[in-house]
Amino acid sequence: MKTATVETNRPSPRTVDLPTLLAVGWVLLMLFTALAAPLMAPYEITSIDLRHRLTPPVGFGGTMLHALGTDDLGRDVASRLFYSIRTSLLVAFGATAISVLVGTGIGFIAAYFRGLVEHALLLMIDVQASLPFLIVALAMLACFGNSLTLFVALMGLYGWERNARLARGLAITASAQGYASATRQLGAHPLRVYLRHILPNSAATLLVAATVTFPEIVLVESGLSFLGLGVQPPMTSLGVMVAAGREYITRASWMLLAPSLVIVITAVAVSVLGDWLRDKLDPTLK
Amino acid sequence: MSAVFRFAGPKLLRAGLSILIVVTFTFVVLRASGDPALQILGPSARAPDLEAFRRHWGLDQPLYVQYVRYVLAALHCDFGNSMLAGKPALQLVFERAPLTLALMLPALALTMLIGIPVGAYAAMHRDTWVDRSVMMLTVFGFTVPSFVLGLLLILIFSVTLGLFPSGGADRPESFVLPVLTLGLGGAAIIARFTRSAMIEVLSQLYIVAASAKGVTWRQVVRHHAFPNAIIPVLTLFGLMLGGQVAGAVLVESVFGWPGIGQLLVVSVANRDLAVVQVILLLVALTMTSANLLMDLLYGVFDPRLRGTNSGSQ
Repeated sequence: MKTATVETNRPSPRTVDLPTLLAVGWVLLMLFTALAAPLMAPYEITSIDLRHRLTPPVGFGGTMLHALGTDDLGRDVASRLFYSIRTSLLVAFGATAISVLVGTGIGFIAAYFRGLVEHALLLMIDVQASLPFLIVALAMLACFGNSLTLFVALMGLYGWERNARLARGLAITASAQGYASATRQLGAHPLRVYLRHILPNSAATLLVAATVTFPEIVLVESGLSFLGLGVQPPMTSLGVMVAAGREYITRASWMLLAPSLVIVITAVAVSVLGDWLRDKLDPTLK
Repeated sequence: MSAVFRFAGPKLLRAGLSILIVVTFTFVVLRASGDPALQILGPSARAPDLEAFRRHWGLDQPLYVQYVRYVLAALHCDFGNSMLAGKPALQLVFERAPLTLALMLPALALTMLIGIPVGAYAAMHRDTWVDRSVMMLTVFGFTVPSFVLGLLLILIFSVTLGLFPSGGADRPESFVLPVLTLGLGGAAIIARFTRSAMIEVLSQLYIVAASAKGVTWRQVVRHHAFPNAIIPVLTLFGLMLGGQVAGAVLVESVFGWPGIGQLLVVSVANRDLAVVQVILLLVALTMTSANLLMDLLYGVFDPRLRGTNSGSQ
């Protein structure tokens, strides 16, 4: 009897449930699409075919010629979708990497110097937290103009304050532990202590934080592109496609639905995946 | 009295400093990034015209002079004129404010009215199919971006069913879709948060004690669990305001709603600096005061926190 109670209290050995599996599948599919977009796309994203404008997708009166239909200029929606996924993921990957690196750097600096430096950084973090990122991004985009590199760098500012706060907390906790002070007393340079010892021990948590930042950047990027202030034509991103689809919402809803569904499913999948990773790697992180 | 000041004083100071930093930041970024004269007058403008334009708006002065002037003027509620409309920027923003508030306030109310009961209900029926499906729905609720949700609602309720107008702000029905769009995402966040707060409270010993002494379950929930669970939800409210402001920009764009959000997008595209600054400052001021208010209210609702320096980390 007693063993039976113990059995039920133990977490089930099958730790990957169906939603997580589906999420992993979808994310892998998106990664594959992003990498293989040039091979998968049947048409150039800029190739215009005015005789086949606004053809519906297969199953709604369309043909396999354009499986997901065409847009107002007769461009293939499927091809544009693949390239959009590529752009959106590229922006989000670059930006997430920058956000985590910048945030970790700032957090570690705050943790090392303490005192006035720390207070100044904490104040900056407070200020950033008091302004919605979209509003800040809008102002900066209008000011510095728009190129893809600049746009990725700007998106990289997203969430730096959260990552910095997290990294500072991790570094402070880690410094108090034996291994950090042992290395320090052996005469290691602070940079060595932070980069070789504290960073690897904080990496798992920071990685989970990245999975939180990533889908949010996808959403901000698509929002800005939707407003016409993000990724610029002739490049295409999911937000650009949604914005174009809005004009034809009554006549060609597939132009809108295809990119919208990808945005929604990707965001949900990454969020499910993030929850799973969090439980797996670091149960204390909330 | 002094205890109240010790609790509120640092928070007030922080809020003031934050606002000053925002002013400085917006000023530096907006002024240092490019030449508004070229932007407004166009690349074909003649040099004397550009010169006159710069002199007229004080753009020929060193940056720090412009900055000091700007801060002094801001203290007198003078934010300069919109270069595009030729009117005071503040007036331009305040003309649009009622429409944006008419969108945001009902949306915030909706957020609470849906989020809190749904979250509490899910917590009380934890691990049933109701709870699981509600939590699944909320994942969609807060991951679907507002512009996609807005367009999907237009597709369903305007294009297919023809129930509500797809844009504009001229009829009472026009409010339905934008308010729903703005409110649903927030409701999902509140629901999740209320649920976890409620679950936490329901596991406390005083709940067990209340049940053990024979208080009915309904009474336990109403008088013991709910009031304690609602306190953390209040602080979330201040944080959510930012999401609502950002959401409003996108929702106004989707529904052609002539509020502050649209004004911001148009001003940014035209580099109408004065208007952008006023809006940024207004947003920062609103959010800082909201957070300050929530911090102070927290102290009122939860006396244990008054002595400690909560919320500063």
